[in-house]
Parts: sequence; structure tokens; C-alpha cells
Amino acid sequence: MITDSVALETNGHEPSYLEYKGKHKGILGWILSTDHKRIGILYMCSVLTFFAMGVVFGFLMRLELIAPGKTIVNAETYNKFFTLHGVIMIFLFIIPAIPAIFGNFFLPILIGAKDVAFPRLNLFSWYLYITGGLLALMSIVMPGGPADTGWTFYIPYSVRTDTNVIYALMAAFVLGFSSILTGLNFITTVHRLRAPSMGWFKMPLSVWSFYATAWVQVLATPIIGITLLLVVIERVLHVGIFDPALGGDPVLYQHMFWIYSHPAVYIMILPGMGIVSEIIPVFAHRTIFGYKFIAFSSIAIALFGSLVWAHHMFTVGMSDAGEFIFSLLTMVVAIPSAIKVFNWTATLYKGSIELAPPMLYILAFIFLFSIGGLTGVMQGVIAIDIQVHNTSFIVGHFHYVMFGGTGFAFFAALHYWLPKMFGRMYNIKRAKVAFWIIFTGFNVLYFPMLIMGWLGMPRRYYDYLPQFHPYHFISTIGSWILIIGLIIMFTNFVISLRRGEKITKKNLWGGETLEWQIDTPPTFENFAEIPVVEDYPYVYKDNEIAVEEEKV
Amino acid sequence: MTTQAQVHSTEHVHRDDVGARLGMWLFLFTELILFGGMFLVYSVYRFTHQAEFHIAAKELNTLVGTFNTMVLLTSSMTMALSIVAIQRNNKRLSMFFQFLTILLAVFFLVNKFFEWSAEIHHGIYPGSETLLNEKSGKILFFGLYYVMTGLHGLHVIVGIILISVMMRFTSKGVVKHDDYIKLENTGLYWHLVDIIWIFLFPLFYLIT
Repeated sequence: MITDSVALETNGHEPSYLEYKGKHKGILGWILSTDHKRIGILYMCSVLTFFAMGVVFGFLMRLELIAPGKTIVNAETYNKFFTLHGVIMIFLFIIPAIPAIFGNFFLPILIGAKDVAFPRLNLFSWYLYITGGLLALMSIVMPGGPADTGWTFYIPYSVRTDTNVIYALMAAFVLGFSSILTGLNFITTVHRLRAPSMGWFKMPLSVWSFYATAWVQVLATPIIGITLLLVVIERVLHVGIFDPALGGDPVLYQHMFWIYSHPAVYIMILPGMGIVSEIIPVFAHRTIFGYKFIAFSSIAIALFGSLVWAHHMFTVGMSDAGEFIFSLLTMVVAIPSAIKVFNWTATLYKGSIELAPPMLYILAFIFLFSIGGLTGVMQGVIAIDIQVHNTSFIVGHFHYVMFGGTGFAFFAALHYWLPKMFGRMYNIKRAKVAFWIIFTGFNVLYFPMLIMGWLGMPRRYYDYLPQFHPYHFISTIGSWILIIGLIIMFTNFVISLRRGEKITKKNLWGGETLEWQIDTPPTFENFAEIPVVEDYPYVYKDNEIAVEEEKV
Repeated sequence: MTTQAQVHSTEHVHRDDVGARLGMWLFLFTELILFGGMFLVYSVYRFTHQAEFHIAAKELNTLVGTFNTMVLLTSSMTMALSIVAIQRNNKRLSMFFQFLTILLAVFFLVNKFFEWSAEIHHGIYPGSETLLNEKSGKILFFGLYYVMTGLHGLHVIVGIILISVMMRFTSKGVVKHDDYIKLENTGLYWHLVDIIWIFLFPLFYLIT
């Protein structure tokens, strides 16, 4: 045992991880801590900072598009805005959001462990994340300005433009490395550190989805790493690899890019689905419907999701056979996703649904994700895809999936777990108000994109024909509503951390998973002794009995 | 499963050799896929520029390549022997084999250095005028040649650093006969470096 760390005794209670005095004091006690909970909080602070920046760039883009022609910035700056918005939101927010924050904080607790398998590696991956974030920021301030290629860095423009593409590419490379290490850590943790009594089918469903995500992170990310590195090498040393002027094939770059970046979509959505499966049974007070189907559908999504990348490229020129195969596989991915949606709605059936803030976000998730998912399946059809390719229909679609899906699941997780993490409750009423504003703003912002995309509004365009003006105008108004909602939501959290009602109750919502059996906020060691898990985590016997009685 | 309950100090340090090995294998997967990406690019371009790849490969020195393959294979053997030595509690022999591995790795890099200098001397390097006037297949071949062997060389350098650290660990007794997972994982990494070369060698030197 290490003796130089003194545990603080408070009234016979173990100190929480927030009060715990380790080797270092003050800020060093956080940025040098290998405790998975503190690393989770570090991620939370940094990820939310970048999220705020991403929102700002998105807001500026929308503001520019409020009227045709030049409104606030010139076309070049607009290109930089959407590139920054994409790079920040994808690599710095949505990929690490749920796994790095809630995965780090709750994965060990959910499986009855005291930490992840490699705590120091875990801290190292946070430092990599910060390095990647700083590189992305450097691209903004260094001479040349931020990249204007879009987050896809398509060749040949990305080797020709004078902007700081290299910084952005290196940022994505380093962030990929961080993501790989987190994934590696989670896989090992799930395999090695589950409480001895926790078999695979006693794991909470969020653990299943973190596990599936981790595999995609480990197996897909190296491809984007090497691809972006090759572009950097091509830019710096003029090695001929993808640039057609040097004999390369730009379409090959697109394949390499999407071999990672499509599975990355599932890195983003799978943890969100895990959160939904976690929260629904708690607030429906009912056993989850089809536990094994949900668990295996996570794995199926991870598997099939890795084989559909070329549906991003139906218009670049591929063999017909290739297009058919990728079209078919794209349809196949919809099956496990739909299985989940059916299971969630079946869980709600005859449950006693409690509309607490986390549940509101989850119900919105199912609604918005279904819109996003169905518009996605439409694009799997080659004929439709060629019609809507590169229009704002696509932009609407993936914001419904990514923001309406993962983003809302992330907000749900914040409302669900934040009180547990800090031992302070937020204002429920204000949270509900914020939800309705966000939900309204979201639909006002993105639904017009689907319509005008269908009518032919190209994506990433700086200017547009007057006939699209009403849609753009409504959409921009929507962005303001959404941002007001976000501000209310986050202010609510910040106020709750300082002045919120203190809670010590272990089980806030009536959940059956392990995090609700430990102190609020958790102690440094999580568990005084490794818990014994008797059944799978979503058994709500009381409610089942009530339903049975009602039948009789 | 028993390992996790055993040691739990306040800093959450625990020993789990199986877990450490699992983590290392996962990391090696990512390395394989990293190089796999480049092999994918290689195979696409070789398919589209068969004749030009064939001709370009003639400019590489097969003899030096073969020699380097032997050096690297031998170094893998000495690495494995160092692990066997530590298992038998022979610290000095283990360190000797680790040192030999480093020596062979350095030897490999020196060879590589002379090989690259010779090619650069002939005007074949990325962005050179000689190369840019050639057909695109040849530009791609040499682009991939420099990038792939270069990245492999970088892995050799990392390997040398890792094995040096292991030598220090062995001498200090951090790596010992009943706790040698760090050395074993370094060994796994070194074998990966070796295996990648086993694929690089025929694909660049032997397709003439």
C-alpha cells in the first residue's frame, strides 16, 4: 500500500473522489490523477469547451446563410467556418463525448471494478486529446488561417490549399491515437476487471455498447491515422501517393478516408444507444425488452457498420457491382438499429413512464434518430442518393442522427448521471424548459435542410438562389432557439454545481445498475468490496407484479 | 478474475499480466491495420501499374535487402532468447541478448541508411526532377517505398529505445524472472516490426 497518500476521514464515511487527497494538491491533483473518475471530469471540461466552440462556428455559418449573398463574412472565411465546425464537432466533441466522459467515469463502476485496466494510459490519452485540441486551435491562429477543405480533407484540394491543413490533419491524427488508447483500455477493462460474479449477460447494456464501440475505435482508427499521415507526407515532402499530379488516385483517398469515417459514425452513435438502453428501463420502471437482442445488435452494428463505407461515394464513379453491394450492406445496417428502436418502444409499452429530464431527452432521441435513420436508409438507395448527394438533405440527415441521436443521448446522460457525479441536484423544472426549447430549436434548424436539400440546395454553398431563402431564414432562426436552449441547460448545470441541493441518496432515479448502489458522489475506491451481481441489471420485479395484478 | 481483487493500493495499481498482454495485442492489431492501410494503397497501385512497379523494383538492391532481412530475423531470435533467459533467472544472459538485439537493429538501420543514400545519390527521392519525369507508376512505387520503409525504420528506432529501457529495467530488477511482462510485451512489439519487414521485403525487392 502506498503510505504517502492520506485518506481524509469524515464522520466515518469514506471521502468522495472529489474530496480525496492524493499525492498532489490543487489542480495537480486533477491533471496528474490516474483515477478514472477524475479523468472523466477532465474530459468533460475539455470536451464541453470544444463543444461550445463548435456551436459558435455553427452559429456563425447559419448567420451567414440567413440571406443570399454576403452577410457577415466572405466565402473563404465561410469555408473555414464549416471546416472548423466539422473538425471540432466530430473529432473533439462527438467521438470522445460519451465514451471518454461517461465511459471513463461509469464503465468501471458499472462492471464492479475500481478503475480501468491501464489507469496511466488513460491519463495519457487525455493528454493526447488536449494536444490534438491545441493543434486544431493552432491551425486557427497560425498564419495561413484554418483549413478550408471541409472535415473530409479531400484530395487534391487538401494538398493544394495554402491554409493550415497540416495542423488540422495532425490534430485528427493525434486525436485518433487518443481514441485508440481509450478503446484499447475499455476492451481490456471489460475482459479483465468485471466483478467475478458478473457474467457477460449480466453486464449493463451501456457496457455492451461501450465494448462494441471500443472495438471499432481500435480496428478502424488506425486507417484514418495512416491516411491523414500520408496526406501530411504528401504535402510536406511531395511524395506521390494520392495527388493525381504525381500519379496518385484521389478516389483511393476517399475510400481510405471512409473506411474509417463511416465506422466512426458508429463510434459516435453506439454509446448513445447504450445510454438510451440504460435510461429507458429506469424511467419506464420496467424490465428492458430483449436484452440479448440489444446486446448483440450493438455488435452487429459494429460489424456491418465497418463494411458500408463506399455509400458515401456513389457519385464518384465505382463499378455497378460495387455500388449494389454497398447499397445492400447499407440496408443491412438498418436492421440492428431498428431492432434497438423496437426493443426500446416495447420496453415503454405498459411501463409506468416517468417524464424526468433524462427520459425526455431519450424519448426525443428515439423520435429524432428515427427521422435520421429513415432518411439514411433512403440514401442507401442508389437512385435517391445520386439525386440528393451533396445537398443539404445530407446535412439535415446526419445532424438528425449525430446531434438528434448522439447529442441528445449525451444531454440525457448529463441529466441522468451529473447529480451522481457531483452530489448536487439541478433544477428539474428549468431542465424541462431547456429541453423543450432545445427540441423545438433543433427541429426548426434542421428540418428545413431536409426540404430544401430535396429541392436541390447544395451543401457547403456560400450563396444560394432566392427560392431557398425562406428555408435558410427559418433554419437560422432555429439555430438561435437551439442556442438559447443550450445556454439555459448549461447554466442550470453550472448553478447546480455551486448552489444545487446536496444529495447523499445512493439511488436517485431507482436504477438497478451498480452505480446506484454506491455513495453519491462515489468514493475514491468506488466499492468498499467488490459487489456480487445476482441477476442481469434491469429487473423491476415490483412493477411487473403490479402489471400482473392489474391483469387479474 | 482473481487478480483484480488481490492488490488494490490507493493509487489503483494492480498487476494483471494477462490484461497487459491483451492490451499489447490490441495495440499490435492497431499497428497491423496502420501498415495494412499502406499495404492496401500499395496493392491498388500495383494492380493499376503492374509493369511500371515491376521495372521500378529493379532499381532496388536485392542483396542489401536480403541481408537486412537476415539481420532482422536474427534480432527477433535474440529477443526471444532474452525472454527465455529471464524466465530461467539468468539476468546477465538476458541483458546480453537484449544488447545483441539492439546491435542488430542498429546494424539494420545503418544498412538502410546506405541504401537510401545510394538511391538519393541516383536522384531518386520524393520530389526530385529525375523521379518526376518518370511514369506515374514509378513515382508511386518510390513514394510508397520511402514512406513504408521510412515508417518501418521509425518503428525500429522506437524498438531500440524500448529495448534500451528494458535493459535498464532488467539491471535494476524491475524486470525479473517472476515479473517479465514488460520485456515480453517489448518482445511482441519487436516481432511485429520484424513481421512487417517480412512483408515489405518481397513486395518491394522481389517483384522484379
